[in-house]
Amino acid sequence: MEKQFFFDADTPDPDRVDGRAKVTGSARYFAEYTLPDMTYGVLVTSPVTKGRIKALDTKAAEKAPGVIAVLSHLNKPSVPGYEAPPAEGRGPGMRIFYTDKIYFNGQPVALVVADSFERATYAATLVRAQYEKEEFRTDFDANLDKAVAPRAPGAAEYKRGNIDAYKNAEVQLESEYFIPTEMHNPMELHGILAHWESPEKVIMYAKTQGVKATQQTVTNLFKLQAQNVQVFSEFVGGAFGIALRTWPHEVATVMAAKMVGKPVKLVLTREQMFTMVGYRPQAKQKLGMGATKAGILTGITHEAIGQTATYDEFTEGIVNMTKFMYACPNVNTRYKVLPLDVCVPIWMRGPGEATGAFALESAMDEMAYRLGIDPVEFRIRNYAETDPQRNQPFSSKYVKEAYQMGADKIGWSKRNPVPGSMKNGDWQVGYGMSTGVFTAGRGGATVRAVISDDGMLLLQSAVSDIGPGTGTAMVKIASDLMGMPFEKIRFELGNSSLPPAPSQGGSSTLSTVGSAVNDACLALQEQLAILAGQKTFAGKTKQDIVFSNGRIGLKNEPASAIGYAELLRQNNTPAVEVTKDSRQGEAARKYSIYSFSIHFVEVNVHPATGVVKVTKIVSVGDAGTIVSAKTAASQMIGGAVGGIGMALTEEAIMDHRFGRYVNHNFADYHVPVHADVPHVESLFINKPDPIINPMGAKGMGEIALIGFSAAVANAVFHATGKRIRSLPITPDKILQTKAV
Amino acid sequence: MSDKNKSTAHNDSRRNFLRQSSALTALAIAPQAVLKAAEGKMDEKIAGYFEKMPLSIEVNGKMHQLSVEPRVTLLDLLREQLHLTGSKKGCDHGQCGACTVHVNGSRINSCLSLAVMNEGKKITTIEGLAQGDKLHPMQEAFIKHDGFQCGYCTPGQIMSAIACIKEGHANSEAEIREYMSGNICRCGAYPNIVDAIVEVKNAGGKL
Repeated sequence: MEKQFFFDADTPDPDRVDGRAKVTGSARYFAEYTLPDMTYGVLVTSPVTKGRIKALDTKAAEKAPGVIAVLSHLNKPSVPGYEAPPAEGRGPGMRIFYTDKIYFNGQPVALVVADSFERATYAATLVRAQYEKEEFRTDFDANLDKAVAPRAPGAAEYKRGNIDAYKNAEVQLESEYFIPTEMHNPMELHGILAHWESPEKVIMYAKTQGVKATQQTVTNLFKLQAQNVQVFSEFVGGAFGIALRTWPHEVATVMAAKMVGKPVKLVLTREQMFTMVGYRPQAKQKLGMGATKAGILTGITHEAIGQTATYDEFTEGIVNMTKFMYACPNVNTRYKVLPLDVCVPIWMRGPGEATGAFALESAMDEMAYRLGIDPVEFRIRNYAETDPQRNQPFSSKYVKEAYQMGADKIGWSKRNPVPGSMKNGDWQVGYGMSTGVFTAGRGGATVRAVISDDGMLLLQSAVSDIGPGTGTAMVKIASDLMGMPFEKIRFELGNSSLPPAPSQGGSSTLSTVGSAVNDACLALQEQLAILAGQKTFAGKTKQDIVFSNGRIGLKNEPASAIGYAELLRQNNTPAVEVTKDSRQGEAARKYSIYSFSIHFVEVNVHPATGVVKVTKIVSVGDAGTIVSAKTAASQMIGGAVGGIGMALTEEAIMDHRFGRYVNHNFADYHVPVHADVPHVESLFINKPDPIINPMGAKGMGEIALIGFSAAVANAVFHATGKRIRSLPITPDKILQTKAV
Repeated sequence: MSDKNKSTAHNDSRRNFLRQSSALTALAIAPQAVLKAAEGKMDEKIAGYFEKMPLSIEVNGKMHQLSVEPRVTLLDLLREQLHLTGSKKGCDHGQCGACTVHVNGSRINSCLSLAVMNEGKKITTIEGLAQGDKLHPMQEAFIKHDGFQCGYCTPGQIMSAIACIKEGHANSEAEIREYMSGNICRCGAYPNIVDAIVEVKNAGGKL
């Protein structure tokens, strides 16, 4: 049946359902809601990295024009959830304004609330604080010896076969890789608008990847009834991971709103976006790789140390990909975290897997050149037909086809494989490739579907859309199943009162919520068939009934078809409503379910200046059925652009004398701009995964970025003969590295 | 209105303000009250109330007679006071372009312009592009080419894109990329944005 709906669908590739709202400026993001009597919050932050607040003088600020209150640890309202002991195994956590302790530079110490943004901003400059400073540690490189095994279970060690088997291999490689701290920097600033409608009820307009998650956090902290905590987040201006948790400044704003009895809106500054909403933590990795002269892997050892905070532990899957990507008999991994006096990290697009893929896929390239084997061929010789980590089949894997597709498109075979051999005028030209992989998850979600006698279908679920086009994909699924045009279907999201759905993250939304849309539409079809059966279809089975052109009818009997609206009217039924919960069955556990990506790039490197330009990109996604071609392509393009930043420009630089970032703005922290980005070819295998969900569709948010930075580094090597193992690949590194 | 006249207008209104406010202060506050006011920083509160300047500004074809604090940026005026929230705040430092609007037909970062600097000027924001239900060709092209994901930088990209063509800086993809580089898109929709601009440029219609 899935085949029928997804491959025979002849509807044109649709535009985004919220496109019009976004191009006219009518799409409203959290900071664009206005409540009566609204006030503005501005944070005062600590210039000290570790210690305690000795004295806090808020008098001048309190007397400044328009100021309503100054919230700090001295006068905070009670937050019951902060009285409880800290969660096991994660550190004390950040309990904003609950103690005088300073855990990191830029930590909020007060929140000024005034009747205008300008007045709050000015008054915040009048708050005076004295600190008792303590010695702090922020320097990652200088403290590597203080890295520890993470407390998170199962994260520290993995072993298959013999440990460090690469050391006995015919051909050996040992390399170290470094990625710096990267900031998500979505274009929309983080923040929240909170209002207590009564002492027991709070509403929030939030920037969140999970309205239910924000609802849960605030419910727990303030010991409220969940239904009295309402979170709205219809449009989110990008997030890439930063909105996967409820941050201290959000809780502070909820506290402030309680204190002043008015709505409080807080919007972070761009500078504060570097210290309050997490980041991709810097990491050092060591890859040991061994192979036979024939190019068969015999052992891989992957060790990684990632940064975390002293007050909260953050872990991610840096070494995950190494465990199963290639058919290697001996693999072991070690993962440690280094707690420093910094804000806690948070998953950033592709999270740890993108960090790990840079090392693994760079090492694969190094080994291929060492063996004198084409990098694509080397990967194919070590292709894992089944999952070597879990000893079970992949649900679907078309990576060989993807290598071929990408190689053909970029003209891989036409290049001269000798490093430093290709030129374009003054520029050196190079080609590189890499592989990416990420778990294709499916959680549980609930969708309500209502079809009305005006011919409209309403779908509802409490999911967020941070940009990939969730609403569009959901409408497409319903449109194909119900045979209804896009204009007749509305998908409502971003409201915690809707049926529950998980946070948007980990490339799982399409799979999870899409399945629930699928199931809700099937349930709706059954209801419509029952209604129709009463008059027309008596004695007919499900297989005899088709749903197309907004009508239900009998197969091969076009005259029997009746429009949904008319059917409802005939039955005096204003609307039919179904609510379906949908989650993965047990059978799927017998399969390893992953999305894969292959990236090919061409770079130009200027030998005199060390400038690197990415000139061609071909990314191939092996992500099952492509539900919405246009938005899927944009996901892949966006991942490639993020990958250019990771590879060439992005690096948050801290001055360790102060524990403070020095490039905390868009002028100094370089994200890719128009001039950095060429045309991007995004291709898809577009074959359904038979296991994951009814659509056969796997997520692609992460794979779009995972591995990309290695493809660039590998292309730089091909262009110059210089192997850069430390990101970003800035001109100074090109000039200072010797060609092999 | 010439620049010279504009600055005279500013000075006049400023002087009027000072004259008015000191007259009010003299009338309303007796010595003891002044003392008390100073202690309680009432003077600052009063000043806060009167520290506003008149501003005549045309936004999307509509004249507004406003009274604004001189430290309010054009962007904050649009977003917080006129509730035209299509122009976005992404950095407040003129580094990201999300706040791009047209002032007398030229693109500027509205976060870098104080509202009062725009006396007598014509502002066009993203909300002023469509004619009723009919979208501007650039808006249509952005939808068709999927020139966005989250949509947050989109109003700025569109305002910048229109100006880019009008300025004569859209003669090749490379030139478009260069002259659009002040508008950051973190979702990475750049290639699609360039496609949209090329299409609108090649259509050759009036923008």
